[in-house]
Amino acid sequence: MTSMLFYLAAGVAIIAALLTVTRHNAVHALLYLVITMLAISLIFFLFGAPFAAALQIIIYAGAIMVLFVFVTMMLHQGELSVKQESQLYRPAQSLGAILLSTILLFEVIYLLSPQAAVIITPDTRVVIGAKEIGLKLYTSYLLLVEIAALLLLTALIGAFHLGRRHQENSK
Amino acid sequence: MSDILTPLIILVVLLLSAALLTWVERRVLGLWQDRYGPNRVGPFGLLQVVADMIKLFTKEDWIPPFADKVIFVIAPMIVMTMMLLGFAIIPFSSELQIVDFDHGLLFFLAISSLSVYSVMLAGFSSNSKYALFGALRATAQMISYEVFMGLSLMGVVILSNSFSLRDIVEAQTEQWFFIPQFLALLVFMIAGIAESHRAPFDLPEAEHEIVAGFHTEYSSMKFGMFFIGEYLGVILISMMIVTLFFGGWHGPWLPPLLWFLLKTALFVLFFILLRAATPRPRYDQLMSFGWKYMLPLSLINLMITAALTLWNQ
Repeated sequence: MTSMLFYLAAGVAIIAALLTVTRHNAVHALLYLVITMLAISLIFFLFGAPFAAALQIIIYAGAIMVLFVFVTMMLHQGELSVKQESQLYRPAQSLGAILLSTILLFEVIYLLSPQAAVIITPDTRVVIGAKEIGLKLYTSYLLLVEIAALLLLTALIGAFHLGRRHQENSK
Repeated sequence: MSDILTPLIILVVLLLSAALLTWVERRVLGLWQDRYGPNRVGPFGLLQVVADMIKLFTKEDWIPPFADKVIFVIAPMIVMTMMLLGFAIIPFSSELQIVDFDHGLLFFLAISSLSVYSVMLAGFSSNSKYALFGALRATAQMISYEVFMGLSLMGVVILSNSFSLRDIVEAQTEQWFFIPQFLALLVFMIAGIAESHRAPFDLPEAEHEIVAGFHTEYSSMKFGMFFIGEYLGVILISMMIVTLFFGGWHGPWLPPLLWFLLKTALFVLFFILLRAATPRPRYDQLMSFGWKYMLPLSLINLMITAALTLWNQ
């Protein structure tokens, strides 16, 4: 049952990801990306990481993608931008991306092969909840958390500065 | 069999009570504003709900030719689905709960953050300026208030040591959390009103400036779904307040389920009273109130709670 659900979710993720790349309407493409996020969250959940699954939805699908759609929605020009978009895209441009993702594909195939001993089955599955993640974050990875916090603070101050100057200009 | 039957019964009861709430709200608002409200159809005007439903179902279901059709149809479904999914984790009583998910609180936050898509896509797909304005406001408001909502709940998690709603209710046997977590309750309530965009925070659909906001172009049952979705949101937020701060099903003498429903009804009525009693703030006031007061308040609450818990250990 679990493996059935996994293949279903993985299939949805792959199809949605492909549609994300190929859609000419930017908002539609972003919505497919949201579906990819939801499918990936389900995969996290199946592999015993309910906390990561919840964060995937709350942060990626529920906040970051919302902002993406938000901005695209404002810039979207209807039919016109769809036409522009379809002229901009040439298959040759995605050559680099295809090359890089082929490497990833081989890695995934290797990981799924019997030699690699990391296959997660319902028997070997360990549920990693909020407590385990919290302990790791604030002991082994404390430095990284601090650096990330600093980075975010810098971004916040930067955004504040940009917004402020804009306000003075408009007066 | 009961595995399928119980959720079905809960679903039907929820939809009926959301529909009934449209009547309750108008009647009670009338009472508080010294007028009658709908009292013509049936006893006390109770059949007004049925009349409204017949009207909504038989109206022309019009999709504007300039709309993005698929998204236009999906948008109202999202809010209904998300709100109904939210009820799956609510512990109505110690026996009656559809799923006891050990990260239930996070599930609730995920549900409420995904329901943003409903208003946003409704506004986008309508392709009209008022709908777009409404959607922009709704999105900005909802993602801002989600931050404080999540932060205010972490105090409860610290006190009960769990994300599971059942454990949280069990932890309130001795003392309900609204006493040690009073600040959190305040923040959560205000954020809850903003999340379900009810008055006084109903700026996304403020009639006097942007017609009906994000659902300007919607008619018939698609509009009905937004409408019922809003009432389901009010019930869900009230149930969450009861579960997290007012001891869930705990209470003397009466059976647990009755206690839960009574408390929920009280908060639903409180939401309606707020609509009757408070004026609407301006949009920028709403946003700056959130970031300047609610965020520091929820952070202070979190810090005090964490410090006290560490001190007591």
